[in-house]
Amino acid sequence: MPDSRSSADVTVHLVYLARLREAFGRAGEALTLSGGDATVAAVIALLRTRGGAYAAELAAGRAVRIAVNHTLVGGVDSAVRDGDEVALLPPVTGG
Amino acid sequence: MTVRVQTADFDAGREIAALRDGDARVGAVAAFIGTVRDVNDAAHVSTLTLEHYPGMTEKALEAIVAEATTRFDILDALVIHRVGTLAPTDQIVLVAVTGGHRGEAFDACRFLMDYLKTRAPFWKKETTPEGARWVDARASDDEAAARWEPPAATR
Repeated sequence: MPDSRSSADVTVHLVYLARLREAFGRAGEALTLSGGDATVAAVIALLRTRGGAYAAELAAGRAVRIAVNHTLVGGVDSAVRDGDEVALLPPVTGG
Repeated sequence: MTVRVQTADFDAGREIAALRDGDARVGAVAAFIGTVRDVNDAAHVSTLTLEHYPGMTEKALEAIVAEATTRFDILDALVIHRVGTLAPTDQIVLVAVTGGHRGEAFDACRFLMDYLKTRAPFWKKETTPEGARWVDARASDDEAAARWEPPAATR
């Protein structure tokens, strides 16, 4: 999409699960993306800029899966929309 | 098709009886129960706490069960997964499948467990004498799930 929506901010509700919740010290937060790049990749990139546990846990090569509105997404290019629930999941270990 | 996430224990016999429920088409029932071991990665485990992602968990399990019904000729399936704090020997998960014949029932049961292990949002945290630790995912679980590919994803 060209620039018609690029000025709109997109606020997503992040959910941190299991190990990530403990590493970040919180269960979730609201995060606003500006500049029109409303993708999973943009969320991850913004969190990494905080450094510390965020940079360490979300470093390239760390296995973190993303669910948008309770459905796992195939890749970081997936779009996020205003109001979406975006969850960061460590590798699952149920069963 | 039934999926349940609960803290309470389950009675596999009663659950399987309910799944069969007088259905005379059923010629095979395959079931799997996962239980808590007292040793993992050479450490003694005193308790195991299972966390999940409320809202997504049931949806993920339902998607896995739906996938099984498209892949296998089965009549019904049940998944019960416990959450909360468990102790060694406690039951964690029950998967049961009914079908006309054993082959499809066995295969569907194994498929359900293999996919559940890699796709359902549950996490285990162990308490050991050295402290609490999140259980690491196993490459062998990914390999077990990968055995069921292809068919290639159609979504």
